[in-house]
Amino acid sequence: MIESIILWLLAILTAPFFSALILKVKAFFGGKKGPPLLINYYTLIKLFKKGSVYSRSTSFIFKMGPMVSLCSAVTALMFLPIAGHAPIFSFKGDVIFILYILGLGRFFTIAAAMDTASPFEGMGAAREAFFPIICEASMFMILILFYMLTQELSFAAYFSESNPSELWKTAGSPLIFIAIVFFIILLTENSRVPVDDPATHLELTMIHEVMVLDHSGPDLALIELGSYLKLFFYSTFVARLIFPFNMGNMFLDICTFFGALIVVYTATGIMESVMGRLRMDKVPKFVLTSFALSFFAVVITLEFVK
Amino acid sequence: METKFLKIANGCAVSRSEIPYLPFTDFCDTALNIVKDGGKVVHYFAYKDDSVIKLIAVLRTDELLIATTDAPDSYPSFTTECEQFHMFEREIAEQFGINPQGHPWLKMVRYHPNYTEKPDIFGNDYNQDIPGNYDYYRVDGDEVHEVAVGPVHAGVIEPGHFRFNCIGERVFHLEIQLGYQHRGIENLLLDVENKRLPIIIESIAGDTTVANSTCMAQAIEALTQTDTDKGSKIIRTIALELERIANHTGDLGALSGDVAFLPPANYFGRMRGDFLNMTLLICGNRLGKGVVRPGGVRFSIDNDIRQELISRISVLEPQMQHVIDLLFETPSVRARFEGCGNVSTYDAEKLGLVGPAGRASGIQHDIRRDFPTEHYPDIDISGYAEPTCDVYARARVRADEIMHSINIIKSLLANEIETQTIDFGNYNLAPSSFVVTLNEAWRGELSHCVLTDDNGKIIKYKVKDPSFHNWNGLSMSLRDTGISDFPLNNKSFNLSYCGFDL
Repeated sequence: MIESIILWLLAILTAPFFSALILKVKAFFGGKKGPPLLINYYTLIKLFKKGSVYSRSTSFIFKMGPMVSLCSAVTALMFLPIAGHAPIFSFKGDVIFILYILGLGRFFTIAAAMDTASPFEGMGAAREAFFPIICEASMFMILILFYMLTQELSFAAYFSESNPSELWKTAGSPLIFIAIVFFIILLTENSRVPVDDPATHLELTMIHEVMVLDHSGPDLALIELGSYLKLFFYSTFVARLIFPFNMGNMFLDICTFFGALIVVYTATGIMESVMGRLRMDKVPKFVLTSFALSFFAVVITLEFVK
Repeated sequence: METKFLKIANGCAVSRSEIPYLPFTDFCDTALNIVKDGGKVVHYFAYKDDSVIKLIAVLRTDELLIATTDAPDSYPSFTTECEQFHMFEREIAEQFGINPQGHPWLKMVRYHPNYTEKPDIFGNDYNQDIPGNYDYYRVDGDEVHEVAVGPVHAGVIEPGHFRFNCIGERVFHLEIQLGYQHRGIENLLLDVENKRLPIIIESIAGDTTVANSTCMAQAIEALTQTDTDKGSKIIRTIALELERIANHTGDLGALSGDVAFLPPANYFGRMRGDFLNMTLLICGNRLGKGVVRPGGVRFSIDNDIRQELISRISVLEPQMQHVIDLLFETPSVRARFEGCGNVSTYDAEKLGLVGPAGRASGIQHDIRRDFPTEHYPDIDISGYAEPTCDVYARARVRADEIMHSINIIKSLLANEIETQTIDFGNYNLAPSSFVVTLNEAWRGELSHCVLTDDNGKIIKYKVKDPSFHNWNGLSMSLRDTGISDFPLNNKSFNLSYCGFDL
């Protein structure tokens, strides 16, 4: 239990570092030096030192938004088997609970955005509400598949110990699809290229960024931290799938897990460097690809678990 | 073609008594007929001659045509028959309180009181300093929503207000309101000292410094019968082309950044700086301020500088080609550029689009070819236009022009450039004269008009930035386009706010 809490703290502390890795990779491809790897910590410290500015037209909902979205991400990490170790909490059906905890976070971000009554934020909120719906469909497809394979409904059963390698043994080929699907979900849920552009300053093209335009100071810091954690959360899935083994030694496990995470983050960075953004009306098709793949994976798996 | 209008040449002064002084009905009919037959409006403005307000029109077919008339207090709007007059009539209404009856969309251009004692056409109270203060075009309906952007924008750009009428992500209509940077330049130029004139002209729009000062210099030279030597013509041409390359390069970088494809955005950004630094090498200013003065140029290109420029440009040329290829050969970039923001050739002709935006919509017009000045008569400029009319076409035209301009500069630098630098002093303008100068600035047809009175004093200095034509093209490109594609379209036009606002 102590170990689980230590790992959980470690995840929260290192998440900003990994996000900076993406910036570094993008800078490398752009022929630049890029910001320091600790840039996100500096940003967070800077933001926490500042005061918040609130528009007169906003209500308490606006102030709740950042807090709830951060809390939902922190809670989600508690149920996540980090480095293949048992999570702090786990119960039967926690996967569905966590998906909706994250949904709750998104709901409050959207509510806070609507609360500002800015036309941009309403537009961003509409987009933010739309794309994850398709993600949710893929996510449930994956759950159906994992349930078929393990007869379990908890993250611990899928990703802790050497369970992922068991999954690979039973249904290796569909899992290749699932790794890709998780990656697409990661890109969509975390507003990365080609779905969204986290670096843009153009309000009209933003999805996630536009919803947090009115937040400032510590509120913005909470949102930023929340987004680092969310990215860490989804990256862990992919990392565990591409490196499904456990060494049995906690230190080695952490090292290999972080190694796999670096691969995932670097892949995200490369993805962002080698292609542009999709046109807004093409985004649903891209996200639907993940649903098609996961659906296909389920169909194939029916054969394996007969 | 026989016409009541007078044919004049680009950059040649004519006596004002030679300009056909037509009755208004003749003026109106002839002007409309010329434009209906495919003519374009270069200038159409009002000016005060003693106490009489007159209208003057400079039209462009294969040649430049001009006529003038007395301005009535109100008249049936030309715009109802020829859309090209749209902006010009609004400008006249704003400056001189002349009412174009039936104008489909009469609203202020720059938000300032008119120059006469007449009541304001728009009923504005100019003690309130809000240029956007008027009823915007509205689309009603349950699912229609309005998005207002600006005048203060997220990036470090100039102020302008954009009002979108959308249904969901789709734009019905975009309305653009400018005027936030109106400085009254045209009036400022009326009684400015000779030495300050070029300084103010260079400040009209920083990114079009060389083109504006070339237009001004040609006008003053025409009105003082001054000739410039061959060397200074070449240097002006080089400066114009460097300005074109630097701005087009910056635009391509910005387009790439807008589709979140960062490598070319960074490389183009760096190369834009390299080209600005070449202008810096010539004159000590990255924007080319101080190069062009009436009578010639203030900086020569000696052999050391020439060799340095040649070596820099030969390094940059392959890099430029490489990055352009990278941009246009990336599928995800092509997917965003192609089919986005169409302005059909028909619409472009109606709106009178000029420059790269016009060429991207299939209009071949290029002042460097059609009315060449400076060293351009000796340069081969082929007629070219992109047929696709979209963001891709606008980007492609820019890329092609960059490579073409690099070749022009290389060929101009191949030989020694001999010139006499001038430190501009005193001059007196020819009395009672008129001159119009046109140059192909990087955004397109830039034109200055100067009228003098009997004492050789300027009574009207008219500046027309290509953006004056093209802003409506941007509105048009957004019709039925996703609102998230607005920044991309905006960059593909990259129009001037301050050049428009004057």
